[in-house]
Amino acid sequence: MRAFVKMGQLVDSHYKKDGRKRWTLVEKLFLGLTPQQYIMQALLNPVNWVLAIIFAVGLPMIAGRFFFGLNWVTHSSNDYPWGLFLGFGLFGMVPLSSSGFQLGTACEIFGRHDLEPIERVGLLNGLLGYLFAVIYLMVDLGQPWRLPYPMAVAFGPAAVLFLVAWHVATYLSVQVAEVSTSFFEWIGWPVGKQGVRKITLGLTVAGIILSTLHQGALGALFTYAPGKVHPLWYSASFQWLHFFVSSLPGGLCMVIAVSTIARKTMDWRCDDRFKSSLDKLTITLAKGATMGLATYLTIKLIGIAHDNEWSYLATGWGAWFILEMGIGVLLPLALFSWAIPRNSATIARLGAFITVLGVVLNRLNTSMICFNWKLPYREIPHWRELIISITIFAIYVVVYRFILYRLPILYAWKEEPASEAVTEPVRDLRSPAYGEALSPLPSYREMGNETVTANSYSTAADLGSDESMRRGL
Amino acid sequence: MSGITRRKFLCATVIGGAMTTLGSMCGKGGKAWAAGSFEGYPEGMGVLVDLTRCIGCRTCEAACNREQNLAEPDLPFTDQSVFETTRRTDEDHYTVVNRYATQQGPVYRKIQCNHCNEPACLTSCFVNAYTKTKEGAVVYNGKVCVGCRTCMVACPFNIPAYSYSSAINPLIKKCIFCHETRLKNGRPPACVEACPQEVLTFGHRKDLIKLGHERIRNNPGKYVDHIYGEKEVGGTGWMYLSATPFDQLGFDTTLGNEPIISNVKDFLSTVPMVLAIWPALFSGIHLLATKGKDHDGDHGEDEHIEKEEPRP
Repeated sequence: MRAFVKMGQLVDSHYKKDGRKRWTLVEKLFLGLTPQQYIMQALLNPVNWVLAIIFAVGLPMIAGRFFFGLNWVTHSSNDYPWGLFLGFGLFGMVPLSSSGFQLGTACEIFGRHDLEPIERVGLLNGLLGYLFAVIYLMVDLGQPWRLPYPMAVAFGPAAVLFLVAWHVATYLSVQVAEVSTSFFEWIGWPVGKQGVRKITLGLTVAGIILSTLHQGALGALFTYAPGKVHPLWYSASFQWLHFFVSSLPGGLCMVIAVSTIARKTMDWRCDDRFKSSLDKLTITLAKGATMGLATYLTIKLIGIAHDNEWSYLATGWGAWFILEMGIGVLLPLALFSWAIPRNSATIARLGAFITVLGVVLNRLNTSMICFNWKLPYREIPHWRELIISITIFAIYVVVYRFILYRLPILYAWKEEPASEAVTEPVRDLRSPAYGEALSPLPSYREMGNETVTANSYSTAADLGSDESMRRGL
Repeated sequence: MSGITRRKFLCATVIGGAMTTLGSMCGKGGKAWAAGSFEGYPEGMGVLVDLTRCIGCRTCEAACNREQNLAEPDLPFTDQSVFETTRRTDEDHYTVVNRYATQQGPVYRKIQCNHCNEPACLTSCFVNAYTKTKEGAVVYNGKVCVGCRTCMVACPFNIPAYSYSSAINPLIKKCIFCHETRLKNGRPPACVEACPQEVLTFGHRKDLIKLGHERIRNNPGKYVDHIYGEKEVGGTGWMYLSATPFDQLGFDTTLGNEPIISNVKDFLSTVPMVLAIWPALFSGIHLLATKGKDHDGDHGEDEHIEKEEPRP
């Protein structure tokens, strides 16, 4: 990919390098490459071949599920009604998607503008995580075409799932609005972007409310099954808190994980501001995740103490519980505490990947592995169930990559082409520490922070001083 | 500056509130619904199952199969080999009899939907597919069921089954107390009528509780002094008498007397709190966190650049 990007031009503004011609939508979709080049780079990428194999096997199976019924792809268990689609897809993906509301809150509510280079990754990660949680749900539901029923046809307002349905649906629209600013920049419709900007604060606050409630609600779903979930994973009073609090480090660490992968695999798409600040931001996010993990560990212990479940720790279930907490919570806590004072982004990243796995393991334990602990048998998912789960995850990866390649998520969109005063090519002018030093062209995002229009800048120096003023230097 | 922040504060509160108004419906609804505890309809019917009388003839299974037009079983209902494994209800068996080896010899136990006073399936259903009828039956409306199967997770007795084999119209399958064909018209369910051993006594639930306690009193030492289902998870329509401790017969004796929904109230009670406090709290934090900082450009002052720049 990198080689091909060098052949063409990078699409990061509406205008081509010469500053005259606008990119057409098709050109933007092909990343500024010719269709031949685009297909060539796609074919040369080994990841695409792996994805192709997964799709070749998995997509027919997804179709088969709708033709032959759920018993073709699952064990049709009446004892374990929820399998991998919900255990992994819904209960696992949703906590990893709490990044949207957290980064939104940090940037927009708490005024942490230093997090801005990664804010959009957080928002997009939230949106896609929820979207694919719903897609997993659609595969799992007996009659997915009735999904709108709780909104329009029949209401069960006493049910926790009613709250989840409404909140996830509402929150998905909130997240679409939040991410749409990037899309409006890319497509070139500033009016839409400014409209969304005006309600950003409202959207963000709505995001906090909806997230608090439905992250917790997913946990509260298991309080319907007090005798079925093993006591170490169950707590009537704390279940919703356990799910909500563990979603906080889960979401932050997912952003670290995604940004790490993006930095490694799509270096060409990341701008200098993102690249230069990523290590620092990783440490900042890791700090947040550390606090989340520490809180989670505390309330887990309080949960056990509250119901006096210490004796279960001596059983086989207890050993599994200690393993889950040891790998999923204590190990990343130790890694983060080592990495943060030493500014070691690498170790923090390792901790983040482990945290992500730990959160998913906790959800799998609650919903499948430690569910029905009194029954003599464990349900091992059907192999088709596993393949479909992997396939949907692969679609998630493809959609994620498609958007990151195009929309200004990892880079800042440039509003205007080089003005007459700046004669040198734009990209050469840009200094590596973009955020700290002058930027020749105010990005769309920066534009909002200025009280004057971009065209009023005549020289780069002018802008530099203005920039420092804005930063309160 | 101050004017802008005030406007923004209001804006945030209003929008935050508006975005969650829909959500608040379920918060309020959930509270109202969950408040108090429902002890069952006064005229609700029930069945008292006396396990000391059951001989494992499976006549009730056969009667249920006929009454509900279920699929023909692989083995005839007279076949005793089914007792070698412990079975559960499924889409073709709304009731099954299991055998438990005890010191006093084999004990047979019929299972079916217990028709709870405050059913977990009903309270967990987000499309309200379940209804507790005034006759005491817990019935199910397949026309609105989305197929999330939360009721199966919620049922403390593991009763609801799902017809996974159907691709276009899979539904929950469970005993409905023969509500449509019999109970509605005051007749006992098919299994009760078919039982040759008078294991099953059909009647008003409150009378059956009296009858059960009478039987325990009149036969000293015969029964365990407990009617399973009188109080369990808020009381059930079907109740059991046994000579063998219930936990040896596969009964879950750890369920407690609170209806399942009571476990969920802790969470439901946080919903209105979050909805009421969060918007003001976080808008307030926003004002404090950004006080004195030129933050507003991010949103709110965009009117300065609303006009599109002319193209060079």
